Amino acid sequence: MTEVLINSALQLVLLMLVAPLLSGMIKTLKARLQTRRGPGILQSYRDIFKLLRKGMVIPETASWIFSATPYMVFGTATLVGLMIPMTTTHAPFSLFGGVLAVVYLLALGRFFLALGGLDTGSSFGGLGSSREMTISAIAEPAMMLAIFTVALGANSTNLSEMAKVAVGQSWRFLAPSQMLAFAALFIVLIAETGRIPVDNPATHLELTMIHEAMVLEYSGPYLALIEWGASIKQLVLMTLLVNTFFPFGLSSDWTLQTIGVGLAFYLAKLLLLACMIVLVETTNAKLRLFRVPELLMVAFILGALALISTFLF
Amino acid sequence: MISLPIAFALSLAAYAAGAFASLACWRKPAVARRICCSAALAGAALGGLTSVLAILRGTPVAWSVPSGIPLFAYSFSYDALAGFFNLALAIPVAAVSIYSFGYLKEFEGKRNIGLFGFLFNLLLLSLTGVFTAANAFLFLIAWEVMALAAYGLVTFYHEDRETRRAGLLYIIMAHIDAGCLLLGFALLINATGSAEFASFRPIAAQLSGGQQTAAFVLFFLGFGIKAGVIPFHIWLPAAHPVAPSNVSALLSGIVIKTGIYGMTRIFLDSLGGVPSWAGLLVLIVGVVSAVLGVLYALMEHDLKRLLAYHSIENIGIILMGLGAALIFRVAGHPTLAAVALIAAMFHTLNHAIFKCLLFLGAGSVLHSTGTRNMEEMGGLIRPMPVTAFCFLIGAIAISGLPPLNGFASEWLTYQALLAGFGAVSGLTRILFPLAGSMLALTGALAAACFVKAFAITFLALPRAAESRNAHEAPRTMLIGMGWLTLACAALGLGVTWFLPVFDAMTEQLLGQRVSAHLVTSHGLVLSAGMRTSGTVSPLVIAVGLLVLIVPAALLVAIGVRRFGRKRGPVWDCGLPGLSEENEYTATAFSKALRMIFSVLYKPRREIQAVFDVSPYFPKEIRFESQIESTFEKRLYAPLQEFIFRVSSRMRTIQAGSIHAYLAYIFVTLVLLLLFGVRK
Repeated sequence: MTEVLINSALQLVLLMLVAPLLSGMIKTLKARLQTRRGPGILQSYRDIFKLLRKGMVIPETASWIFSATPYMVFGTATLVGLMIPMTTTHAPFSLFGGVLAVVYLLALGRFFLALGGLDTGSSFGGLGSSREMTISAIAEPAMMLAIFTVALGANSTNLSEMAKVAVGQSWRFLAPSQMLAFAALFIVLIAETGRIPVDNPATHLELTMIHEAMVLEYSGPYLALIEWGASIKQLVLMTLLVNTFFPFGLSSDWTLQTIGVGLAFYLAKLLLLACMIVLVETTNAKLRLFRVPELLMVAFILGALALISTFLF
Repeated sequence: MISLPIAFALSLAAYAAGAFASLACWRKPAVARRICCSAALAGAALGGLTSVLAILRGTPVAWSVPSGIPLFAYSFSYDALAGFFNLALAIPVAAVSIYSFGYLKEFEGKRNIGLFGFLFNLLLLSLTGVFTAANAFLFLIAWEVMALAAYGLVTFYHEDRETRRAGLLYIIMAHIDAGCLLLGFALLINATGSAEFASFRPIAAQLSGGQQTAAFVLFFLGFGIKAGVIPFHIWLPAAHPVAPSNVSALLSGIVIKTGIYGMTRIFLDSLGGVPSWAGLLVLIVGVVSAVLGVLYALMEHDLKRLLAYHSIENIGIILMGLGAALIFRVAGHPTLAAVALIAAMFHTLNHAIFKCLLFLGAGSVLHSTGTRNMEEMGGLIRPMPVTAFCFLIGAIAISGLPPLNGFASEWLTYQALLAGFGAVSGLTRILFPLAGSMLALTGALAAACFVKAFAITFLALPRAAESRNAHEAPRTMLIGMGWLTLACAALGLGVTWFLPVFDAMTEQLLGQRVSAHLVTSHGLVLSAGMRTSGTVSPLVIAVGLLVLIVPAALLVAIGVRRFGRKRGPVWDCGLPGLSEENEYTATAFSKALRMIFSVLYKPRREIQAVFDVSPYFPKEIRFESQIESTFEKRLYAPLQEFIFRVSSRMRTIQAGSIHAYLAYIFVTLVLLLLFGVRK
C-alpha cells in the first residue's frame, strides 16, 4: 500500500514535470528544423504558470459542465499516466487498469472536452467537438487492433505485464507484427495528439482547427489545466509507444541506479520519438478534414496486418 | 421468511390485480393511475425479491399444473437464468412505475388511464411469464400476450398516423417472429413428444444435423426479430419512439431482452450448445448490429429514435458476448464460455438500466417541451438540472466510459473476445480481435452520439420557445430516474461484489462457477482471470479521479480568489448579436460522419434559395437533408412488392362465392383426413 503510494507520487511528479518539457521540446525542435529560433523548451512551463495567474472569463451561456471539463481532462490524463510504466516496468496503478482502461479514460476526458466545447453555444466549439469526436471514433479501432497485437503477444492487457514480457525480448520490435503495430499506433498518436497532418496545434484558423476550437472559450487557470492535461495525454501516448515497443532501459527492480538508468533511457527514447513527430510535422502539409479518415484507414489496415502476421511469422 | 413460490405468485397476482383493477376504475383517472403504478411497483418489488431468493438458492424451483389439454401444462421453472432476467426486469420496472405516478398525470382527463394501466400491467405479467414459463405453449402464450400488450401501448397515441403505421409494422414483425418460434418448438416437440422445456435437453444431442440447423435458424430468426438485430430491426426505431415514454423505456430496456433470454434459454440450456458456425453467426450479427445501430443513431435528431437505435447497438454488444460464449462452449472451454456469458448477461442488465434511464430522461424533456426534435431544444440544463444530471450519467454509462456499469460489462466483453484468440484454432480466431476493434469503434461512435444527444438537448441556448419555457419534471419522475442513476453507479463501482450473482447461472448452463476467478485483491479489482490476464478497478478509478481533481480544484480556487473570475459574452468574431441561430445543431454535429460514411447513408440534400436581384443575396433559403434507409429500400421494399404481387394473384381464388369456399373447406378436410390416416 505505502509502496503504491510512494510509487504513484514519484510517477505523478515525473508526469507533471516531463509533459510540458516534452511539448516545449517538440515546439523548439520543430522551429529549429524550420530555421526559426523557436520559443525555447521551457515555454510550456511559462505558459501554464502565466495562465494560472490570470483572471478567468466564463461565457454567460455556459453551465456547470463548462467548469467541470478542465478537471475531467486533467484528472483522466493524469490518472492514465499512473497506469503506464515510465522508468521501470512497474506502473503504480497497473493493477487498477490496463490498456483498455487507458483508452476509455482518455475517451472520458474527450467526452467532457467535447461537451465543454458545445456548452458555450459558440459555433467554433461545436465545430471542434464534432471533428474531435469524429476523428477519435475512426482512430479508435486502429488503436485497439494495434494494441491487441501487443496484448495478445503478452497474454495480458495490463501494461506492466506487457512491459515485463517486452523486456524479456528486447529485439522483438524487429518482428513484422510489432513493426506494423508500431506504424499503426504512430499514425493514431498523430491523430490523438492533434498534430499535423491531422490537426494543427499552432493555429487558430477556424477552417483548420480541432482541439483549439473546442477550448477557444477557456481562459486562465481552466485553460492551464486543459493545456497541461493535453500535454500529459501526449506524454502518456508517447510513453505507451516507446515502452511497449522499445523496452530498453526498463527494469523490474527498484534501486537508485536502475531508476536513474531507466530515466535516462526513457528521456532519450522520448526525444527520438519527438524527433520523428517533428519530422512528420515539418515535411507534411495538413490534410483536408475528409482525407483524414483515409489516413486512419491506413492505420487500421496496418493494425489488421500486424494481427495477421502474429500467426504467420 | 417468505418462500420463493409465494413471492412469485404474489408478484404475478399484483400485476394481474393492477391490470384488472385499473381497467375497472377507468372512469376515475386519478384512482386508475394510482392503482396502475402501485400495482406495478408492488409486482416489481415482489419479483425482485423472488429473483434474489432464486439466486441465493441456486437450484431451480419448478412447478407444473396439468391443464387437460395435450402437450399443454402450466409449468413454471424458476431457475438462476429466470431469476437473473427477473432481476433485470424488477430494477427498471420499479423506477418506471415510480416515474409513472407523475408522468401519467398529464393523461388525466385526456386519455384512458384505465386501459393504459391494464395494458401496462399485462405487459409486465407476460414478461414475468416469458422468463419463467417451462412449457413451450405456455411460453408462446406469454410471448403473444406480451406482443399484443406492447402493441396496445405502442399505438396508445393512435390518432397519429405515424403511430398507427409503426404499430402495424411492429405487429407484423411480432407475428413473423412468433411464427418462427412456433415452427422451432414444433420441431423440438416432434422430436421429443413433449412440450416441456426439461424434455428438450436430453433429446438435443440426438437431433440430426439438418434438424439442428433448422432449429437454430428458426429460433435465431424468432428471437432475433424480437431483439431487433440488423437486418430485422426496422420495426424497432419506428415503434419504440411513438409510445408514451415510460413504455418506450420498458420496450427498449426489457421487452427486446426477451429475445436475448430466448436465445440463452434455447441455445445454451435446451439445445445444450449449437454448432460453432452458429456461434460465429451470432457473433458476426452482433458486430454488424452494433456498428450499424450506432451509425444510424448518429444521424437521428429525434431524441427517442436516437435512443431506439442505440438499443440495436447494445443488443449487438450483448450478442458479441453471447456468440463468443456459444463458440467457446463448443470449442471445449467452459470457463471462458462462462466469462463471455457473464459479459453478455451483465451488459443485458446494464443496458436495461441505462436505457430505461435515458428514455425516462427523454420522457421528462418531452413532457416539459412537447417535442422530440433535438433541433428545437437546448439549454435545458438550467430549467431541468436534475433531469440533465441523470441523463448525463446515463449517457456516460451507455458510452461505456469508466467508472460506470457500461464500462464494466464492455470490459468483460473485450476480455472474452481477446481470450477467444488463444482459445480457438484456425483462421476464425482472427475474428475475435477484429470484433474487439469493432466494439471499440462502436464505443467511440456511441460517445460521439451521446455528446450530441446531451449537448444539443441540454447545453448552450434554447433553440425554440418551448425549450425556453421548460420546467423541471415532478418529484416522482425525478425519484424514478434517480434510482436508475444510482444503479448505474452502483453496478459500475461495485461490480466485483455483484459478480457472484452470476455463479448460479453459469453453473446451471455451463457447469462453471467463475466469479471467484474474476475478482482479485480483496474484492477490489476485476480480473479477466484465465487465459489473458488483465485487471481493472472502476472503484479505484473513481477514487483516483477524485483524488487527482481535488488539488487541481484547489489550484484553480487559489487562482480565482487572487485574480478574479467574471462572466462575459461568448466570442462572436466581432459581430455583435450571437444568438441561438449560430449554435451548432445535431445535424451539423454529425455532418462529418455523414460525409465519411456516405457509402452507407447515401445522403441527399436539397437547397432552394429565393432571391430578388442576385443569387448572392438570398431572401430565404430552404434546406433539406435526408439519408437513405438502406434496409427498407433494398431489402424490405422488394419483399413487400413480392408479397403484394403474390396476394393479388391469390385474389383470383378468393372469388367471394360461397360455393367455392365450401369446396375449399371440403378439399382441405379430405386432405387432412388422408394425412391423418396415412400416419
